[in-house]
Amino acid sequence: MTIPVPKAHKIHGLMPSVKFLRTSNLVKSFGSKDVLKGVDLALSEGGTTAIVGPSGSGKTTLLRLIAGFENPDSGTIELNNRMVAGDAWIPAHKREIGYVAQDGALFPHLSVAQNVAFGLGPAWKIAGRKANARRVAELLDMVSLESDMGERRPHEISGGQQQRVALARALARKPKLMLLDEPFSALDAGLRVATRKAVADVLHAAEITTILVTHDQGEALSFADQVAVMRGGTLAQTGTPFAVYTRPADLDTAEFLGDAVMLDAQLQGSLATCSLGGIPVRHAMIQGAVRLMLRPEQIRIVADGNIKGTVVDTVFFGPETTVRIRLAPVPSIAGGGEIITIRHWNAAMARPGMELRLRVVGEGVVFPAE
Amino acid sequence: MAGGGKMPRPPLGVSTLALLATLIALFSLIPLGYVVYMTVVTGWDTVVELVIRPRVGELLLNTVLLILVTVPMCLVLGVGGAWLVERTNLRGHRWWALALAAPLAIPAFVNSYGWASAVPSLAGLGAGTLIATLSYFPLVYIPVAATLGRLDPAIEQSAASLGLGPWTVFFRVILPQLRIAMAGGSLLVALHLLSEYGAFAMIRFDTFTTAIMVQFQSAFSGAAGNMLASVLVLMCMVLLLAEAKVRGNARYSRVGFGAQGLATRLRLSWYQLPAQLALLALIVLSVGVPLYSVARWTIAGGAEIWEPDEFFPALFQSLGYGLGGALVTCVVAFPMAFIAVRHPNWFSRLLELSNYVTSSMPGIVVGLAFVTVAIRLVPGIYQSSYVLLAAYVLLFLPRALVNLRAGLSQAPIELEEAARSLGKSPARAFFRVTLRLTAPAAAGGAALVFLAVVNELTATLLLAPNGTRTLATAFWAKSSEIDYAGAAPYALLMILISIPMTYLLFQQSKKAAGQ
Repeated sequence: MTIPVPKAHKIHGLMPSVKFLRTSNLVKSFGSKDVLKGVDLALSEGGTTAIVGPSGSGKTTLLRLIAGFENPDSGTIELNNRMVAGDAWIPAHKREIGYVAQDGALFPHLSVAQNVAFGLGPAWKIAGRKANARRVAELLDMVSLESDMGERRPHEISGGQQQRVALARALARKPKLMLLDEPFSALDAGLRVATRKAVADVLHAAEITTILVTHDQGEALSFADQVAVMRGGTLAQTGTPFAVYTRPADLDTAEFLGDAVMLDAQLQGSLATCSLGGIPVRHAMIQGAVRLMLRPEQIRIVADGNIKGTVVDTVFFGPETTVRIRLAPVPSIAGGGEIITIRHWNAAMARPGMELRLRVVGEGVVFPAE
Repeated sequence: MAGGGKMPRPPLGVSTLALLATLIALFSLIPLGYVVYMTVVTGWDTVVELVIRPRVGELLLNTVLLILVTVPMCLVLGVGGAWLVERTNLRGHRWWALALAAPLAIPAFVNSYGWASAVPSLAGLGAGTLIATLSYFPLVYIPVAATLGRLDPAIEQSAASLGLGPWTVFFRVILPQLRIAMAGGSLLVALHLLSEYGAFAMIRFDTFTTAIMVQFQSAFSGAAGNMLASVLVLMCMVLLLAEAKVRGNARYSRVGFGAQGLATRLRLSWYQLPAQLALLALIVLSVGVPLYSVARWTIAGGAEIWEPDEFFPALFQSLGYGLGGALVTCVVAFPMAFIAVRHPNWFSRLLELSNYVTSSMPGIVVGLAFVTVAIRLVPGIYQSSYVLLAAYVLLFLPRALVNLRAGLSQAPIELEEAARSLGKSPARAFFRVTLRLTAPAAAGGAALVFLAVVNELTATLLLAPNGTRTLATAFWAKSSEIDYAGAAPYALLMILISIPMTYLLFQQSKKAAGQ
C-alpha cells in the first residue's frame, strides 16, 4: 500500500461553505440503549461523505434519522436550509432523499423496470408509457445495465445488479441527497470493488451529495472526500481521507482506520525519539513520554542506515509479504527490542533471521502515553 | 418523547392495531372464560358430584385410551411414510408423497360413514381407533415429511463418516431432529381426537365430545354438560402443556451458509415390494374404503338422491358461510399477525398464546360457550348467523394467522421504507408494498378457512340458525337417519371441495420447509 495522496478535484470538501446538511447534537436511544449521544455532522453540497465505524457504533441509526425513518429524541437536522427534524418534522417521503439499503430492498413483486419506475412522480404518469419506458432505460443505462434487464424479476439478477437497480430506482426522483447504507457489504470481494466504483462514478457525474455508511475503512477512504469516524454513538473525527488516516485524532481511530506501528517515544519539541530513531511530529500538543504511531508503509527496508532489526517471521501474500521485525536495542534511550509488523513487496529480501536496515519516511503521530 | 406533535406518528397507528388485537384476543378467550365461569358458578360440591361418577370415568377411559392408541399409530404411519417417501428410492415417491396427504381430503365423519356403511358391525374403541388413525395420520406425515426434506444431509453424512450405520443414523441423528414436527403433529392428532364428534357418534363410540352433544340435545346448556366440557378443556390444556414440554426450547435450524446438498436415498432393494404394498394398503384403507362407499351409495341411490330443492340451498349456505367466514377471519387475523411480525415483544407473544389456547378448544366447547353467552348477554343475536360466523372465526383463526404471518414476513419493513424514500406517503407505501406482498398469503389463508368452514359439523350443529342446512349438517341429518344413499351426494361434494385444501396444505408445508 502506498500513502494516499489527496485528490485534487475533491479538495473542495475542505472549503468553508454553506453546509448542505447539518445535524446538531442528535440524540437517539432505543429502550435503555443510547445509540446516538450527540452527533454533529455537516456536509457541503456535491460532496461525498463516508460514515465509518464498527458495528453498533450508531452509524446506521444516524442515516435512518437523516432519511426520516426514525425521529431523534433531541437535536435537529437541517437539509438545504430547511429544518426537517427537531423543531419541525418533514416525513421521509417529502424529504427528497434517496436511500439505498444494504440488500437493495427491491420490491419482489415488481419487475426491474417497475421497480425503477416506482418512484417516478405524477408528472410521469401524465407523460405516458413511452416516456416512462425511455426514462427507465435512461436510468438503467446510467448504472450500466442493459434495458432488456427491465423485464426480469429482482430474484433473477445478481446481487451487484440488484444494488445498481436500487441505485437507479433512487436516482429516478433526482434526489438532492443520496444515502447508501452499506450497499456493498453483501457483495463478494471482486464485485464489491467494481460496484463501488460504478456507483461512485454515477453519483459523481450526477453531482449528488452522498453519504455512505460502512464498517470497511478501505471502502470509506477510497469512496469519499470526507470521512466521519463514528464510535460509541459519537463522531470521533471528521476530515479528508488523507487527514483521518495520517493524523488520526486518537488511538482507537488510528487502529480502526488501518494497521499501525505503536512505539514508546520521548517527545522534545517536534522530534520524537524512539527505537526507530528521531521521527518528526506535527502539531505536538504534549511533551515527554508519548506513544508514537506510524503507518507500516512509512517504514522502508533500505540498503544501509543505522536503524537495525532482525526478521522474526514472514507471511507471504503474493504481491506483498508481511514481515515481523525485532528492533535492535538502542542503549542511548534504553529502548529497542520491540517487534513491529511492516509490509514489503519482495519476499526474498526478508527471511527469518536476516538483519535488515530500516528507514522511516514522513511524520509520526503522538498520543499520550498510557 | 419530546416535541409532541412535530414527531412522526408511529407507523400505521400501531396503538390502534394493538387495541384491536387485544379486543380480538379477549373475544377469543370467551370459550375458556365460559368454562371457568360455569365451573365456579356451579359450586365445588356440585362439580365434584357431576365429575366424580362412573359415567365420567367411562368417558375418560375411552378418550384416554383413544389418544394413547391412536397417537402412537399415527406417529408410526406418519414418520414411516415420510421416511419412505423422502429418504428411500421408493418407486413413484413423488406420487406417494401426495397420496399420503390425501386422507385429509376426506372429513373424518365422512370416513366414518364410509366405514360404517361398508362394515355395519363397526363400533366401540377398536373402530374409533381405526377410523381416527386413518383420518389423522397425515397430520403427522405432512410436517415430518416437510422437515425431513429440509434436514441438511451434510449432518447425516458427517454421522456416517463417524462410523454410524443407516439405522443408527436414523435413530440417533434423524429422529431427534424430527422431534418438533412429531410433537406438533401428535398434538394436532390428539386435539382432533378430543374435538371430533361426527366420526365417533356415527359408530356409537362415546367420548367427552359426543357425551356433551347428547347432554346438550337433552338438557341444552345444563350443568352436567358444562362440567363435561370443563373436563374436556382441562384435557386440552394438559395436552398443550405436554407438547410444550416435549418441544422444549430446541430450535433445529441449519448452521452455516451455502447451497444445501441433496440427500442420498437409501436403496430399498428387497424391501421395495413390501414397502409399496404397505403404502397401497394404507391408501386403500384410508381413501379407498370411504370413496368406495360414497361411490356405491351414489350409484345405488340413482337420480332421486339429487334433490335440487335440498341440495342447492345446502351448497349455497355452505358457500356463503365459507366465504363470509374466510373474509372475516382474515380481517380479524391481520392486526394480530401484523403486531406479531412487526412489533414482536411480550405483548404480542401473550396475544399469540391466548390464540393458541383458543385454537385448541373443541368446536363443541366453542359452540356451547357461544350459545350460552348469546342467550344470557345478547339474546337478540342468538340463532343468528353472526354467532355462527364468530364461532368459525375463533375456530379457524390460526389457519389465517399462520398464513398472514408468513406473508407479512415476506414484506419486510425495509421495503416500506424504500417506498417512503421514493416519495410515497406511509399509508400509500403500506398499501402498495406490504398489503400487496401479503395478498397471496392472505388468499391462501382465506382458502383454508373457507374449506374448513364448509366441512365443520359440531359447532354448526349447535349454532346454526333454525332452517339453516349446510352440506355438513345435511349430510349428518341424512346419515343419522341411516339414509346412506341420500347422504352420498353431500359427502361427494365435501370431498371434492376438500381436495384443493389438502393440496394447498401439502404445498404450504413444503414451502414453509423452504423447498
